[in-house]
Amino acid sequence: MTLRLYGTASRSAGFSSDEARSVLRLRSVDSVAERHAADFALARTPDDIRRAVEADWSSILVVSDGAIDLPGTFAGRLVTVPPIYDYLAEGDVIGFDHASRKFRTLYRRNSAHNSLLVTERCNNYCLMCSQPPKDVDDRWILGEIKESLPLIDQATRALTFTGGETLSDWEDFIAVLTECRDRLPATAIQVLTNGRAFANSRIVDAWKDIGHPALMAAIPVYASVDHVHDHVVQAKGAFDETILGILKLKDRGQRVEIRVVMHALTAPIIEDTGRWIARNLPFVDHVALMGLENTGFAIANDAMLWMDPVDYGDGLARAVDHLSAAGVNVSVYNLPKCVLPKSVWPHALQSISDWKNGFVEECDRCDEKNTCSGFFTTGRPRFSRAVRAITSQRDKLTALAD
Amino acid sequence: MARFLRPESFSAATEDLSLLPFNFERAGANQYLVANMVGDFVRLSEEELNRLVDLQVRPGDGLYEKAYAAHLITGTNQKAQRQLLAARLRSRMSFLQQTTPLHIFVVTLRCEHSCPYCQVSRQSTDRSRFDMSEQTAMRALDIAFASPTARIKIEFQGGEPLLNFPLIRKIVAAAKQRSGKKLDFVIASNLALLDDAVLDFCKENNVLLSTSLDGPADLHNKNRPRPGANSHELAIAGIRRAREILGPDKVGALMTTTEASLDRVDEIIDEYLEMGLDGIFLRPLSPFGFAIKTKQFAKYDAQKWLAFYERGLRRVLEINRQGTPFREFYAALLLTRMLSDRPIGYVDLRSPAGAGLGALVYNYDGSIFASDEGRMLAETGDDAFRLGHVEHDSYNSLILSDKLIGAISSSLTQCAPECSTCVYESHCGADPVYHYATQGDALGIKPLSAFCARQKGIMGLLLDILENSPEDAAIMRRWAAA
Repeated sequence: MTLRLYGTASRSAGFSSDEARSVLRLRSVDSVAERHAADFALARTPDDIRRAVEADWSSILVVSDGAIDLPGTFAGRLVTVPPIYDYLAEGDVIGFDHASRKFRTLYRRNSAHNSLLVTERCNNYCLMCSQPPKDVDDRWILGEIKESLPLIDQATRALTFTGGETLSDWEDFIAVLTECRDRLPATAIQVLTNGRAFANSRIVDAWKDIGHPALMAAIPVYASVDHVHDHVVQAKGAFDETILGILKLKDRGQRVEIRVVMHALTAPIIEDTGRWIARNLPFVDHVALMGLENTGFAIANDAMLWMDPVDYGDGLARAVDHLSAAGVNVSVYNLPKCVLPKSVWPHALQSISDWKNGFVEECDRCDEKNTCSGFFTTGRPRFSRAVRAITSQRDKLTALAD
Repeated sequence: MARFLRPESFSAATEDLSLLPFNFERAGANQYLVANMVGDFVRLSEEELNRLVDLQVRPGDGLYEKAYAAHLITGTNQKAQRQLLAARLRSRMSFLQQTTPLHIFVVTLRCEHSCPYCQVSRQSTDRSRFDMSEQTAMRALDIAFASPTARIKIEFQGGEPLLNFPLIRKIVAAAKQRSGKKLDFVIASNLALLDDAVLDFCKENNVLLSTSLDGPADLHNKNRPRPGANSHELAIAGIRRAREILGPDKVGALMTTTEASLDRVDEIIDEYLEMGLDGIFLRPLSPFGFAIKTKQFAKYDAQKWLAFYERGLRRVLEINRQGTPFREFYAALLLTRMLSDRPIGYVDLRSPAGAGLGALVYNYDGSIFASDEGRMLAETGDDAFRLGHVEHDSYNSLILSDKLIGAISSSLTQCAPECSTCVYESHCGADPVYHYATQGDALGIKPLSAFCARQKGIMGLLLDILENSPEDAAIMRRWAAA
């Protein structure tokens, strides 16, 4: 299953031309909550529309492919989107571009995997980037995020900011994080960043001064050697800045997660990388060893990057051992259990965001499906030759063989 | 589609590389053991070491990667590795923040045992002369509480400290009445005099017991004679009773190795296992009870000790492989230093030395020593490590005394000949009292030092097992983890 998180509205009306964009929050037609200027009644049927008008809604979003039958007296704002967006629900937030009628789903209240794109600009150019960077002026996105924050449910447990490099406009972004602290005090915030900005003491001090109670910087480290990391991220000097950034964050008591994406350049040395992190950075808060999402640049560089996970499973298991022995909290992301050595299973999490997570037919017979990461549905998924259902019977046979 | 750069584009030019500090030692015909600034080990061939020193390394040649990951080389303009090393070194040395956490009170020099290996020249009579007075104890407490650390351990020693149990009660009560420090108490006793009154007191005040158990009954009783020849019986009964009343983690046992022990390490370990103890500390022969006159004797002694230690360690690992968790505590201590950066301020294995900075010893007569071994020396007439007296000195005057500063500063492994270039330096320690006792000099000539030979021997053994015996290595890594 892949949810379309962006698209084009089939119709819109009533939007002012003074502003290029609006942020919309969806409300049930019958909602009695106080109405915010950004609130739209969410209508799916002609009956919903009729009731919305009766309830004096001046803004309505319709999910439908049929003709919209609105009273001529309706002078409010209207957006109509096709039925493939019928996942939209009460409390969700979307960003809407008036002229092009393009929209993006920014926040789904019922999802545990909400991530907000901060910018598409990046000073790395990773060979396997799932979100290839663009050198464009997209600073309006931060404005949209600022507008969205008051609309997000305060009960949201976690939010992720992603990019591009989230700290590209660090002052504006830190202002957003400060607003998160104030508006969403119970929401854990994860920021995906290449960490290079934190080599600058001014930036890391500003980050610390936010004083957010649950803020984590998630930073990629691909090797224990400078040129290997620099090649993967296509930026000379990146390794030095990233490691320095991690040190400066931890020196100031900030939470840091290290992320290692495993592919043919990084997976064969994953044991070395794991041992190096265990020995040199055991004070980080979490290490995620991650299977590759085969999308974006990863498709273009497939010949250079593809490695069947079953071929690096043993090294991965040893990396997990080194990290665990050093007391580091380590997880394995994005890899189904059937391709992993059993010793790694306790660390393997269901890490793939709900909107791009799926299983194959083989999984229907598998005992472990309910606790398995499954697969990415994005891009051009590649499957390990080791994918097969795990059944108790097979486990018993394995145990006997052992 | 955008263009991607090839790996070569990210290679450093040789002239942009710098060496980072490292130590090395020949470890075989064509092999060197190399340690970086914080004691991570790698092995290099002679050719590799020469190329490294000449910076004849290139990304992709394997040696570059090995040397870079081990912090032996860095980019001249890079900062991260230097900062990493600084952070790790700071963590390793942060035991220095806890200044003088251990205070040893020799509440009496009397003892009902008459061990020939006794290092403190115990006395059997004359209560008035060899017991610590209450006044002396209270002055010692003043000094202990003046040490800057937030938590102090007060250890009662002797002689047999339970022969002056009323004073122990008074010291514990007085210490608890004072505020401002967290307190731990331990009584080092042979347990022969352990009774319900002592156990109730220990339970009430959370006092730990540390005792001696040298091995099977015949060996233990030979080492530790007392009237009735029942030292072993009493020690065993005492350990059992203490574990029952106080809890299994409240009583520990230490063994002392005598010549008679050297062939019996398996039996000694089994004795600890049978007692349900979770490990053993295989302690070397100490020079203080023996007149070590010749350097050759010390050297010979170290080799015998190492053979004993290796047999013992391998037996302990075998026990673990058979499913019973059981540690050799000295190996665990060294492995923690070799495999992590946790600060280990173990008094006998640190530099700056633990003398005074790690511990102060208040003798029964009020004189104060920089270490337990310092007072042992004094009992045989040498006051080299007597720092002062409770009546005339304060914490500051003791710690800042010329004697202590001289002993510590002259023995720093970080700059001592042989130590400063030793591949094991990061994990070793300065022992000025030992070297003074054996060589008449706090620094000492390390190639002649049995301490040095033992340290290098044990660490070499641990490295060998870590590298070549995966199953044992996994066990040892667990010791270092917790």
